[in-house]
Order: sequence, then structure tokens, then C-alpha cells
Amino acid sequence: MIEVRNLSKSFNGRPILKNVSGVFEKGKPNLIIGASGTGKSVLLKCIVGLVKPDEGSVLYDNRDFFEGDRDTKIAIRREIGMLFQGGALFDSKTVEENVRFPLDTLTKMQREEKQERVNFCLKRVGLENANKKMPSELSGGMKKRVGIARAIVNNPNYLFCDEPNSGLDPQTSILIDELIQDISEDFNMTTIVVTHDMNSVMGIGEKILFIYKGQKLWEGTKNEITHSNVQEMDDFIFANKVMSSLREKQ
Amino acid sequence: MISEIGRYFIFLGHLFTNREPFKTYYKLILEESVAIGLGSVLLVALVSTFMGAVTTVQTAYNMVSPLIPNYVISQVVREMTVLELAPTIIAVIFAGKIGSSMASGLGTMRITEQIDALEVMGINSISYLVLPKIAASMLMYPLLVIIAGVCGLGGGYIVGTLTGIITPNEYVYGIRYNFNEFTITFALIKSVVFAFLVSSISSFKGYHTQGGALEVGVSSTQAVTNSVIAVLLADYFLAQLLLSK
Repeated sequence: MIEVRNLSKSFNGRPILKNVSGVFEKGKPNLIIGASGTGKSVLLKCIVGLVKPDEGSVLYDNRDFFEGDRDTKIAIRREIGMLFQGGALFDSKTVEENVRFPLDTLTKMQREEKQERVNFCLKRVGLENANKKMPSELSGGMKKRVGIARAIVNNPNYLFCDEPNSGLDPQTSILIDELIQDISEDFNMTTIVVTHDMNSVMGIGEKILFIYKGQKLWEGTKNEITHSNVQEMDDFIFANKVMSSLREKQ
Repeated sequence: MISEIGRYFIFLGHLFTNREPFKTYYKLILEESVAIGLGSVLLVALVSTFMGAVTTVQTAYNMVSPLIPNYVISQVVREMTVLELAPTIIAVIFAGKIGSSMASGLGTMRITEQIDALEVMGINSISYLVLPKIAASMLMYPLLVIIAGVCGLGGGYIVGTLTGIITPNEYVYGIRYNFNEFTITFALIKSVVFAFLVSSISSFKGYHTQGGALEVGVSSTQAVTNSVIAVLLADYFLAQLLLSK
């Protein structure tokens, strides 16, 4: 479980996050949603420690990341897997080397053991024959899947996904969403997904935080989202024509 | 400017804090050394050969007095090549080729979130990415300077003897005449310092790229200009420090 308490962050005096709090539960995808520029990615970067918040704390199973000493921070970091928006695969390495990278750098596993783990993860994301390919040879969806394989290779306790569906076609988006959901459940990870894709929200949104202008305006599940009585969120979700037509039918 | 210099020193400090085990760097340094050394050796040899040749021709052109013996030409070529052309001018070329490549490589890694990916894994990205580049540069650049020195003197010999400016015996005599071994030591000290400056400044510029493809280009340009300025400043200070009587 990850708990965020009163996070605030400003850039050049401009507040981006204002006193955001929330709890992200284990074993299911937790979604942070909101329009572009509302601070979702900054919130995610604060949670993973890439950006230091001005105020507030982030607790990983009751371990405070920012108050913790160097060893605590490194220990927490090594329990984290992250899927970046563009995949963030290392250009000079093959798919296999990319996925194996956390094992090579952070563990003392034997070569065969590492290879077995890499093959397992690539199979898990449906890329069992792509070991020797370079990132430049992969499609957007494949890059995301390799990113997921790399994120889970070290058996993380926490999985973070920054807009996993951006730039993907609807079918591939659904596949990626289902993969994230299955992996979260199978490996009992605390998963946080930042998205503004309503298909993802309605597909895997078991716990949702809505961010508007740097503030958390609403928290709930996908079943509650259509009758939240929060005007800003209605404006956001019903901007989607499919959602809008659904509301009209209701 | 002051804050930028401060950030540069903090950046250097991060090279050695929370670093990975040494065995992690061994392979990386080897890879970087191959890229830096083998990737530059032809260019360095070509440029230095022509520099030596031109220096010979121009020195001969400026020697108008019949009282000055011909071997002075190769003596001048030797001093210029060993003291200045090989370590300093090649450093400018090194900054243009290797420095810009380091800055653009790291800049691209930054804007495509590859550096963030390393940080999230708990790896000190500065140490992991930059330390091997600096170490490899400091290992390979002195070798490139030695090659440049040999090629420079060789270029002068070829052009000097083929055009009849100087005889082979005079050239070799001038090269050996009144030779001070410290000039070689001085050139190697300079090469280590210049390699450090070019690789660290270029990495600093690339690592702190913000924005997109345009900013990667800007970082790459800044890396070259700042490295060249730093090299020329260091050149003066080292000469003042080690050669002044």
C-alpha cells in the first residue's frame, strides 16, 4: 500500500500540486486521472521520488520515502517498477538486454537464472520471440510491453505506469490495460496508473483519484464515476463522445 | 554563471556518491574506451599529420635568414606539435566529436526518460552514465595525443623532405636537438586535464537537457563551446603553472 499525505509542489512559484492526499491499495490498479496539465505526472513523479515535493510525505507500506535515509530510499527504489510514457527503453540495448538490465545491475543472480526470468517476463507480456530485437524495430505497443516486462522483472512490490496508452490504437490500449490489471493481481502489487483515457478508466479503474488544477477533487471507483456530482469531473469524463452518448441514453 | 558552475561541481560530486560496484563500471569503461579511442583515431591521425605538414611549410617560409640552420625548422615543428598542437588543438577536435556526441547522447536519454528509468531503479544515473565516459576519456585521450604527436612529426617529415625544404638528416637532427623530456610530460598532463574537462562539461550539459530535440541540439552546441573555452583557459593556466621560470 502507498499512502500520499498532503503533497504540494510548485515550479517557479507556480503551484502544480496542492495538498494532495490519497491511499493506493495493493493488488489492483489505482488510477490517477485528469485533463492534461493538471499535475498527474508531477504527482506520480513525486510518489516515485523523481521530483521532491515542497511539502507532504509518501509512505510505502509505512516507510516514509523522503524522510528515510539513503539506504531506505535505495531499498524502496529497488522495489519499484515503472512503465514510462514512451517506454524509456535503452536505445543501445536489445529487448532482452533491456529487460535483463535491472537483474544485471541490482542482483547477483546467475546468468541462467536471469535468462529464465527474462524469458518468463517477455512471455508474460506476449513477446517471447522478440529477445534480439532493438527498440527501434518495435511498434509503440511492443515498446510498452517491453517496458512492462522490464518493470516487473525484478519482482517489484510497486508498479507505476505513466500514461500507458498514449499513442496506442484502442485495441492495443485494451491489451495493455488488461496486462497491467492481470499483473497487478497475479503479483499482488500496488499499481498506480496515470491516464486520461476513459476506456482505461472504465476498464480497470477499481480505485480512481481525479486531479483538477493540482487538487484532488474526487476519489472512488469506476462504478461511481458517472454519478459523482463533481462538475469538473463530469466535464472531463463526458467530454468523451462515447461517455456522453451513454449519459444521454441513461 | 556562478550558479551554473556550482551545479557543475555538485554534478561532479554525484559521480562518486552512491556509485555502483566497480565491476559494473569495468565493462562500461571498456565500451566507452573503444568508442572514444577507435572512433577518433583516424580523424586525429589525419588532422595531426596535416598540422605537422603545414607547420613545417610555414616555419620554412618564415625563416628568411641564411644564418639560421635548416634543422631549426624541425625543432620548431617538434616544440609546436608536442607542446600545443597535439594536446590542445586535438582537444578542440575531441570536444567537437566526442563532447558533442556525449552531450547529445545524454540529452536524448534525458528527454526520452531513460535517465529517469535508471533513477527509478535506484541507480545513481550520473555515476552510472558519466563516470565511465570521464574515465574512458582520461584513459584514451593521452593515447590519442601521443598518436597526434607522432603523426604531426611524421607529417612534417614527409612534406619537408618530399618538397626539399629540409633533408631527412636535418629533420631528424632538429627533432633530437636540445630536446627537453619534460615537454612530453607536460603534454600528457595537459591531455589528462583536457580529457576530464571536455568529458565532464559535455556530460553535464547533456545530462541537464530539458525540453525536446531542439534543446538536445542546444546542449550539444553548448557542450562544445564551453569545453573549448575551458580547455583554452586550462591551457593558459597549466602553461603558467608548469612552464614559467
